[in-house]
Amino acid sequence: MTPTATPAIQLRGLEKSYGELHVLRGVDLDVAPGSIFALLGSNGAGKTTVLRILATLLRADAGAATVNGFDVATQAAQVRESFSLTGQFAAVDELLSGRENLVLVAKLRHLPAPGTVADDLLARFALTEAGGRKVSTYSGGMRRRLDIAMSLIGDPSVIFLDEPTTGLDPQARLEVWDTVKELAGQGTTVLLTTQYLDEAEQLADRIAILHEGRIIADGTLAELKQLLPPAEVEYVEKQPTLEQIFLAVVGADTKGPR
Amino acid sequence: MSATHFLPDTTTLTGRSLRHIVRSPDTIITTVLTPIAMMLLFVFVFGGAIDTGQDTGSYVNYLLPGILLMTIASGIAYTAYRLFTDLQSGIFERFQSMPIARSSVLWAHVLTSLVANLVSLVVVIAVAFVMGFRTSASVLDWLAVFGILALFTLALTWLAVIPGLTAKTIDGASGFSYPLIFLPFISSAFVPTDSMPAPVQWFAENQPVTPIVNSIRALFAEQPVGNDLWVALAWCVGILVVAYVLAMAAYRRKIASA
Repeated sequence: MTPTATPAIQLRGLEKSYGELHVLRGVDLDVAPGSIFALLGSNGAGKTTVLRILATLLRADAGAATVNGFDVATQAAQVRESFSLTGQFAAVDELLSGRENLVLVAKLRHLPAPGTVADDLLARFALTEAGGRKVSTYSGGMRRRLDIAMSLIGDPSVIFLDEPTTGLDPQARLEVWDTVKELAGQGTTVLLTTQYLDEAEQLADRIAILHEGRIIADGTLAELKQLLPPAEVEYVEKQPTLEQIFLAVVGADTKGPR
Repeated sequence: MSATHFLPDTTTLTGRSLRHIVRSPDTIITTVLTPIAMMLLFVFVFGGAIDTGQDTGSYVNYLLPGILLMTIASGIAYTAYRLFTDLQSGIFERFQSMPIARSSVLWAHVLTSLVANLVSLVVVIAVAFVMGFRTSASVLDWLAVFGILALFTLALTWLAVIPGLTAKTIDGASGFSYPLIFLPFISSAFVPTDSMPAPVQWFAENQPVTPIVNSIRALFAEQPVGNDLWVALAWCVGILVVAYVLAMAAYRRKIASA
């Protein structure tokens, strides 16, 4: 964490209410460029609301937010050039094929060779074989992979992932994790929301906990662990987790494909 | 903002929804089914007993203009349906979060509606010819007929955008079209208005379907259109302007705050 670097995402005193319901009550957050930042919170904590404000889909009642240095309220067009959003439910066109979905997004991002972009991404996400099929025939994991592939078109410097692994089976989940790590390795800033603690633990450089509209904890995993009393040494027999059993039985490589 | 992208983005997105229609041609079939059934019923069952008292030749000549309006009214329900589906699937938000000309998302649906309705109208007119519809209308008359029909389609399509954006359920999104489909019954579409009781006659003569039907009928029969044409155009433009303003207001509520 270099404190001197300009944050890729910055939130200051962000507030949002739906009528009487105060979803966000002053959220402050800094996300360093090229890092994976996990926003942790239970259902209804306001995680999606934060992402929707950053994605210029929702206006905040008070406070300020910037993406890539651009203000989401006053420089929305530049903000939209800077990020890609992968929503909570795979936003793909069911009646088009996987390849057509990718070509569509490449065209909307005004790229010169949409077909090449699509073919490259199909190969990268192991969808080449399914590329010509209608998306309505895809499994949940394939849909999510296509969804993320669509978000990578145009190489945005910031990616928002709203609960990227909710509803996925363990294998598909590991695939998404690998993709996220790969992205951050290439210098993309990733802000993801999750309600799974192990997901945050596995992926994030930094974790913030959103609770009742405020950030109540913000730090690296090591820093957050220090908030608790020191660990006591106990002797317990280590049982495999059900996830380890599942992956061993179905014969999947625990490190995921590729 | 990204006004320079409006044309390419609208073209790309129109191509997308036209592909939907090609992939599910049932939308055209169900659109033309009701009007064709009505045409068969009225021409071959009731037609013999209806005295139009007008010199339009066979009853199908008298009936066709109203049937064409019915076709449009049932066709635009699919615009509301497609828009509603886009909102539900999240792809609407994906588009809105991208660096595109945002309004092209709506215009693409409107242009698609024009194309889909044109195809439906051609199918219905072809069936009418098989059933004995004859006209001596010139190319110019035909152009005028299609001009009026296109304007009516445009007006009703913007009307359909409103439930498409605001409906809570799929039935609510397409159900609004039922009154429009049956509006021709209380007009000069099936029988002359002077055979109706006074209050009904007043309604029939002062609702948009009657002047539009009379204008198209006159064009087909190569008779002077007279005042009806101006009243018809005034109705179409009036509905178009009001529907457009309301639809854009609903749209702004959708993308800005909610």
